[in-house]
Amino acid sequence: MKIHQLSLFAENKPGHIAAPVRLLAQESIDIRALYLADTQQYGILRMLVSDWQKAAGVLEARGFVVKVTEVLAVEVPDRPGGLADVLGALDGAGINIEYMYAFPYSRGDQAILIFRFADPDAAIWCLQAAGINLLAGEELLKN
Amino acid sequence: MNSILETAVVECHPASVPDYTPVAELRDLQLKRLRAVVTRAWQQVEHFRSRLADRGLTPGDIRSLEDIAKLPFTVKSDLRDTYPFGLFASVMKDVVRLHASSGTTGKPIVVAYTQEDIDVWTSVLVRCFAGCGLHRGDIIQIAYGYGLFTGGLGAHYGAEGLGATVVPTSVGHADRQIMLMKDFGVTAMCCTPTYFLHLIERAAELGVDMKELPLRAGVFGAEPWTESMRKHIESMSRIEAFDIYGLSEIIGPGVGCECRQHDGLHIFEDHFYPEIVDPATGEPLPNGTEGELVLTTLSKQAMPMIRYRTRDITMILPGRCACGRTIRRIDRIGRRSDDMLIIRGINVFPSQVESALLQIEGTLPHYQILLTREHGLDQMEVQVEVTPHMFNDKIGALQGLHERLQSALDHVLGIRVKVSLVEAYTIERSQGKAKRVIDRRTS
Repeated sequence: MKIHQLSLFAENKPGHIAAPVRLLAQESIDIRALYLADTQQYGILRMLVSDWQKAAGVLEARGFVVKVTEVLAVEVPDRPGGLADVLGALDGAGINIEYMYAFPYSRGDQAILIFRFADPDAAIWCLQAAGINLLAGEELLKN
Repeated sequence: MNSILETAVVECHPASVPDYTPVAELRDLQLKRLRAVVTRAWQQVEHFRSRLADRGLTPGDIRSLEDIAKLPFTVKSDLRDTYPFGLFASVMKDVVRLHASSGTTGKPIVVAYTQEDIDVWTSVLVRCFAGCGLHRGDIIQIAYGYGLFTGGLGAHYGAEGLGATVVPTSVGHADRQIMLMKDFGVTAMCCTPTYFLHLIERAAELGVDMKELPLRAGVFGAEPWTESMRKHIESMSRIEAFDIYGLSEIIGPGVGCECRQHDGLHIFEDHFYPEIVDPATGEPLPNGTEGELVLTTLSKQAMPMIRYRTRDITMILPGRCACGRTIRRIDRIGRRSDDMLIIRGINVFPSQVESALLQIEGTLPHYQILLTREHGLDQMEVQVEVTPHMFNDKIGALQGLHERLQSALDHVLGIRVKVSLVEAYTIERSQGKAKRVIDRRTS
């Protein structure tokens, strides 16, 4: 249920995102989703990749500071109100979202929401109780 | 912890006997040697003779150890002004070795040794190593630079004098250093503490676990380092880390060293007489008061140094060390009076930046101080590398860290500085001494 996400520290300077991304390309690791959280000075590059263990190893060997965190992937219909329903279920249960990002699913008319929760187990229980579909890591990340 | 008995057995090297001289006897020896060295410098060194004449002094005016305070100080510029051989008290045919500092501006500082000086130097290093619990049978890798710098050859002769097996790698080539440590079963390392940190990092990258090596002692010097660095080094390896002190102008490494009590550095004061003075006024300060360390070589032949201002800030520790040595101790040196940066008129020491970073992180990340001048105003930036330990993938947590670093630095330094979080490995790693400050201010 929980998906391994890689986060990288990057300075907010030209070329600083390209280097790790190029490295993953050389190793034929596919980036399935990517999100950049940034401030004026630095940012955090968050990625879901096809092989997180290999990717973390490759990046760390090149001196990148990598953090692996567990996130949840929620499938919602790609239509107005899709996200609002999910958030409504979480709000109702008082579940705190640390951060989230969304991307369209390459198959069909679904969108994928990636969440990091302070208490992922409570979130899983709440979402399942509301009948919302959670994706397993393999399903989402494999080609 | 070793029992006292075990420690005594390990440390019973014959060279260490002077460490335990009864105090009254030690003072008598010091006075006798002080009078001899002052006489020698007065007879042989024109520069010193004229300085005494300016004060209306002759060597006969030194009747007690306290009279040392009557003598003029020697400062680094005296060595520069008399370059290359102006302070020598021996003729060149009696000089068996010359060393020189790398001198950041202009001409280097030259120092000279007779065979007798080399023998004294070796003996004090043997006393250092013996005090660290090392002995014949140890395999000691010397990763201080060999050459004009006194670190490599000084430690080398001392380790040989001890009867240990010496691996003279000099500095650099980290991968080879690690390979030899492992393949030769090295039991002790001598290098700068920052170079050892570099080796720890590199060993981890190479998949070598320092904790599985037979390495049990590290003798680290040539730059100031902190208790937190000691804890870090000792947690990443099985070594006991010792602080060794010295400077070329006096003899090189081996002026003082920690014993296994790690409660200050014993000064081999039968050869190097320590005083603490107020750095501003030059007035002597009592034991237990922090000031600038001033050293007088009591037995040096080729180049006696009388009341040399080291610029190192420390104190003479009151009381006797639990190890039983009678020779006095100085506190670990945290800063040098000439490390001081003046930023917008405020005095700042790099060690203050270090202590602020340690407060926040617990371990010391790599950092660099960058000084620039914008619109006539000094700007200070502290760049801190983000380590895996510090990194959190929530932007708020990183901003929180940034703010904590900012406020700790503002608080410790008393001036506003810019704190930048930078990527790992972007600050240049030191092969020898740490380059902590880049000053791009043009005056």
